Order: sequence, then structure tokens, then C-alpha cells
Amino acid sequence: MSTAAHLLADTPAQLLPARELMAFTLASHIMLVPFGVALPFITLLMHHRGLRRADPTAMLLARRWSAVMAVQFAVGIVTGTVLSLEFGLLWPGMMGRWGDVFGLGFGVEGWAFFLEAILIAIYLYGWRRLKPWTHFWLGVPLPLTALMGAFGIIAANSWMNTPQGFTLDSSGRPVDVSVQQAIFTPMFGPQYWHFVVAMFLTAGYVVAGVYAVGWLRGRRDRYHRLGFTVPFTVAAILTPVQFVLGDNIARQIFHKQPIKFAAAELVWDTDTHVPEYLFGRLQEDGTVKGGLKIPQLDSILAGFTPDTQVTGLSSVAAADRPTATQATITHWAFDIMATIGSVLILLALWYAWCWWRRRDLPKSRWFFRCAAVAGVASVITVECGWITTEVGRQPWIVYQNMRVSEAVTPTGAASLWTMFGIVVTVYVLVLGSFLAVLLKMRTRWRLADAGSARAQAEGPETDTPYGPRPEPAATAGPGEHRAPGSDL
Amino acid sequence: MTATVVAWILLLAVAAYACGGGVDYGAGFWDLLAGGAERGKRPRWLVDHAMAPVWEVNNVWLIFTLVVMWTGFPLFFQTVFTALWLPLALAAVGMVLRGAGFALRKPTRRLAARRIYGAVFAVSSLLTPFFLGTVIGGVASGRVSPGTTASADAWANTTSIMAGLITVAATAFLGAVFLTVDARRFEAHDLVGYFRLRAWIAAAVLLALGVIGLVVTDPHASYVHHGLTHGAGLALVIAAVVALALSAWLVAGPAAGWARYSSVAVVALLVAAWGFAQRPYLVPTSLTVQQGAGADAPLQWMLVVAAVALVFIGPALVVLYRLDTHGVLEPLTDEDVAE
Repeated sequence: MSTAAHLLADTPAQLLPARELMAFTLASHIMLVPFGVALPFITLLMHHRGLRRADPTAMLLARRWSAVMAVQFAVGIVTGTVLSLEFGLLWPGMMGRWGDVFGLGFGVEGWAFFLEAILIAIYLYGWRRLKPWTHFWLGVPLPLTALMGAFGIIAANSWMNTPQGFTLDSSGRPVDVSVQQAIFTPMFGPQYWHFVVAMFLTAGYVVAGVYAVGWLRGRRDRYHRLGFTVPFTVAAILTPVQFVLGDNIARQIFHKQPIKFAAAELVWDTDTHVPEYLFGRLQEDGTVKGGLKIPQLDSILAGFTPDTQVTGLSSVAAADRPTATQATITHWAFDIMATIGSVLILLALWYAWCWWRRRDLPKSRWFFRCAAVAGVASVITVECGWITTEVGRQPWIVYQNMRVSEAVTPTGAASLWTMFGIVVTVYVLVLGSFLAVLLKMRTRWRLADAGSARAQAEGPETDTPYGPRPEPAATAGPGEHRAPGSDL
Repeated sequence: MTATVVAWILLLAVAAYACGGGVDYGAGFWDLLAGGAERGKRPRWLVDHAMAPVWEVNNVWLIFTLVVMWTGFPLFFQTVFTALWLPLALAAVGMVLRGAGFALRKPTRRLAARRIYGAVFAVSSLLTPFFLGTVIGGVASGRVSPGTTASADAWANTTSIMAGLITVAATAFLGAVFLTVDARRFEAHDLVGYFRLRAWIAAAVLLALGVIGLVVTDPHASYVHHGLTHGAGLALVIAAVVALALSAWLVAGPAAGWARYSSVAVVALLVAAWGFAQRPYLVPTSLTVQQGAGADAPLQWMLVVAAVALVFIGPALVVLYRLDTHGVLEPLTDEDVAE
């Protein structure tokens, strides 16, 4: 307890609000990332099917998904811009000292994102006038730009986890920067593939989940069947792949960031024959309260034999490792992620079994109930994965090179708390409105499918840019126009 | 040498954001002043249609500016974001509100909700460029130096406020010129005159603010002031004024389309003038480009990445703007998603 109090006294007052603000904005942004990265791919898949087989249902689905993409991408771009501003607003110390060392990843991301924004604009607004196949092919590079963008971001983040590619001069400043080494850090590969697959998998389960709900409510037409099958298949194929990649990254962390591994697995003393804890809470004295203890398992998972030695948290000074609370958070996030991942494997197997036996979707309502939940569950795993990697690195912002408290802005805590309050309010409103808009669009489409669209579309407020393009009336002066297509 | 090139790239990115983003902020500015729901219907309809396909792309210039700043000149980035914390934080909040307001207004149908989203979009279109302008003014005024902590003095001074106002005027001018041309493109002839008048007003206000700015900033920002009134800086300022007059003339004539280019030139020349006036400093007079430059290897690689990216992005950008100005890009309609 005394160490905790000591650590607390050492940290500047603005650290907590800065941390909370960063955590909140990142956690919000990361919910949109799977769709930015993977929704274009899933949409293009459906688009291709629609063009290839001249399938109007598939085309309708692709068009609707791209309408969703338009709103999602716009919200994602603003929350993403905020993050890049926050690097300076919250962590100027990190950027000032290390910006040149690991900034190039962001440079790659910036350009990739630029290209993505251009292509997505052409794709979203090209539906009406471009030739069908031209339109499709202009969209095809989209997933590649998304992969490139992810490359840049993950390069920067994995550098923070396992920094290299520089030497420190006598005053402790980085010199002799090697760009290749700074980009391809030890954690880069494992993090990149784990992240990319997570994005595609999550987007697949979320989109499929929407149609699973429709299926459960009795809408069993071809539209729902197709809308479910394509994204769900993508996700189901990737689930076992992700399981292998997840296992791999855990072992890489064991080798390259042993203290983070110790936090994720609640290992206190360096030892062999280390038990695995499912959940449970780490105490200040190193004991674990609650949770399910499985003897030997942690050593076996880390090195395939009970004799494997696992480094414990107590092997480094208290100031250089996560606190008991942070370790518990990391551990829970890790366990939730692993649990959900394992359950999703079962779901994927269920699907594969039925498809193999009968070339058909499973008949059980329980399958569709699980599929509906899988979307939300995989968003939770994305959040948990991010918590594991970020909280598990504490107290380092650049592992073993810079503490979070050294990077934080000198701006006063009061200002940061105020900004935190404003940002939470704004984000809750924006994300709430975003959700409301999506639900409204869904309702409108459902009504349109039911054939009552015309009846719906007759109010005075229905002329929106999603309405038919008006012939702009141009007669008298401004102010006298009631031309359709006008807004507000 | 590398650092100098990267500094010019940074200035170029700032100019690109000022022009591309500026048009969008300007459109939002006129959205704000378009009047009530009935009166403002037509201008807002035009703003929506003109901005929709390109505003996200224009926004990316900002992200790119930030990336070049922290990779190329980490100490400069740290200095600016520490000393000018408040205006940057407010600009960040403004950007969220603005983007979300614009994006959510489109697919919304209820008038009340559209009003709220529209108001949020329009108000933050005014505030965001103002705060970004004060940041530029704060840097130019020389009150910021490495180690300065956040204080009101750094940005709530004459130079900063003037820079903020000039930025807003410049965006309004850009927005009005582009919307005048867009009105022709969408064959909304009534709006051509509407926005032409506003382009003229904005041009006059911009000119007036520029003159006032040059007069009152002398004691506050002597280094940059000297640069703007002598040599290359002065030449660029004069060129900007000529381009401003040219835009005002072009926008009235049959070749209004060219006013886009001349109006962009106005803003780009002003940014360039600022860059020239500030040479060789990133922060006058405490941090030069050479002092603030990051490590060599990443800087050189940044040039490589930029060159490679240019090969991909240049053509893509040209295609996007061509498709957009030729009316090929259109939002999906209800019929498209309700078959």
C-alpha cells in the first residue's frame, strides 16, 4: 500500500485526466475502426457477387452497406483526427522526444488514409453515374489502402511496446535512428496480423449480426439470408485463424514483454510450474483473490512444458511495473478476450458443420441468437485486446524508455478534466446520434422493402440528399424557392 | 538541407489544408449565415451537395500536417501543442462537432434534428478555423518558445486574434467563390448571384483585415511583420492581393470556373508569404528549422514516402476532383437503396 501511495505522490495531477481522456477517445474510435478497415472489403465482396451473377438482392445489400459506410467513415475520420491532435495535446513529451524515431509509421498511415478517403469518396458517390464494373474496380484498392493504414498505425504502436532503432546520447536523447528497425520491431508482426484479422472478423460478425436479428424476427427471405451468409462466412473462416494468431502473440509477449505477460496472467514471482488464473484479482502482496486456479497451465501455455520459467511482476521494481489494479485490469481484459475468442470458435465450427453436412445455414434459433450476440462480443474483444496491450505496458508509454508521467502535458489538471467532460459529452451525443441515424436508415429500408415507402415519403421533410436528385428550379431571386432537394 | 525540404513540405501541407479545408469551412460559414429553415433551404442544399464528396479528403491534409510536424520537427510540435493548448483543444472539439454535424445531417429526415445537426456544423465551421488561425498567429507573434507552458497570453493577443479573423475571412472567401461556381455546375442560377455577392463581401473584408493586420501587428510580431513587408514576403503578399482582385473580377465573368484557381492562389500565396517571412525560424525567434529538425534518417525516408505516395495520391486526387467537378459523383438516392 505504501508503494502505491508513493507512486501516486510521484505522478503529476494532470496524468489521470490525460490518461482517462486518451483512453476514452481511443476506446470510442476503436469501435469504428473495424468498419473503416473491413466494411469496404465485405461490401465489395457483395458488390462483386451482385455484378457477376446479376443479382439485384446482392446489389441492393452492397448499396445499403455503402450508405452506412458513408456515415461511419465520416464519424471515424473526425474521431481519428482528434486522436492525432491529442498526441500533442496530451503527450507532447513523447512526441517531442520520440516523434522523429517512430513518426514515419504515422506518415505511411497518413498517406494510406489519404488514398482511402479519395477512393471511398469515388466509391460512395460513384454508384449512379459510373459504369458498373468501372465503379467496382475503382473500389477494389480500398481494402489494400486499409491494410496499408493499419501497417502504419501498428508499426507506431508496436514500437511503443518494443522500441528499437535508436541509441541514446549522453543527455538521454535518441540519436542514430534506423528507420527499418524502428518500423519492424519485434512486436510488429504479431500485432499487425492479430489486429488486421480482428478487424475483418469483427466487421463480419457485426454485419451478420444485424441480419441474424432479422432472421430471428421471422424475416427469412433471400435478402436476409445473403446479408447474413456473406459476412458471417468471412468471419467464421477468420475465427480459427485468429485463434492461432492470438496464441502466437501471447507467446511473443511472453518472450518480448515478460512483465506485460506477467500482468496479463497474474504471475507474481518468477517461477516454473506456474498456475493459470481464470479471472481473479491481484492483491498488493502478490496473492490472487478469487478466480479459478488451474495448476501448471500457465507454464504449459507459455512454453509447452510445466518446467517453463515465467517471469513474475516482482522481478522488477514496483515503479517499473503495472500496479495491482492495472495488472488485474490487464488480466481481466486478456481473459475476456480469450474466452470470447474460444466461444466464437465453437460458433464457427457449428456453422461449418451444418454447411458441410447440408449446404445450408443451421436451423437452430440458438445458432442465430449466438450469431446476433457475436457482433457485440467481437467489438468487446477488440476493446479488451487494446486494453491488454496499453494497460499492460504501464507505467511506460515507451516501454522501458519513457514513463507516461514524463510524456504528459504540463497543462493543468483542471483544464484537462474540463476538456474530458466536454469530449465525453460530445462523443456520447455524436455516437448516440450516429447509432440513431443508422437505426432510422434501417427502419426506412425495412418500410421500403415492405412496399410502403411511397406512403412514407410524402411528408414535407422527406427531401434529403438520399432522396431523388431534384431538378434545381432557378427562377426568381433567393428566398422564394421551394425547390425539392433543399434541406432544412 | 533535408530539414529545409521537409519544412517546405510542411508549409505546402498547411497551404493545402488552408485551401481544401478552407473551402469546406467557408461553406459552413455561409451555411451559418443562410438564415432560417425556409430562407436558407437553397444555399444549404448547395452547400451539402458541393461539400459531400470531397470534405473528408480535404480533412486528411490536417492529419498529414500533424504527422509531418511531429516526425520532421518533434520539438516544434511539442512546443506548439504545449504553449497553444487551449485554442488547439477547442479546434479539436470544433472538428468533431463539425464533421459529425455535417455527416449526420444528410441522412436525417426530421426537421428538428436536421436543424440541430446543421447548427452544430455551421457554428463549428466558424470557430474551428478561428482557433486554428489564432494558433498560427500565436506562433508568428513569437510569444511561443520551447518550454513555454500554456497561457492565454500566447494566443489571446492582437496578432493571434487578427490571424484568427483573417483565417475566417479567407475561408468565407474561398467558400463563396467555390459555391458560386458550384451553383453554375448544379444549374442553380439563382444561387450564382447570391454567392457572388458574398464572395465580393468576403474579399473586401479579407483585404481590410489584411491591411489592419499588417498595421497593428508590428509591435507584437516584429520578425514576421518585417518579413511580410520586405523582400520575398512582400512580393507574395502583393501577389495575393492581385489574385484577390483577379478572383473578384473572374467570379463575375463568363470564365467563373477560373476563379477557383485564383482564390486558391490567394490563400496559398498568403501561407507562402507567412512561410517566407518566418524563415529560417519554425518559431520566431527561438527555434530555427535546423534546430527543430528531427533525426536525419526518418527525414530522408519521409521524402521517399512522400514521393511514393505522390505517385499514388496525385492521380487519385485528380480523378476525384475531375469526377466531382464533372458531376459524376452523386449521392445514392432513396430509390437506389429501396428497390
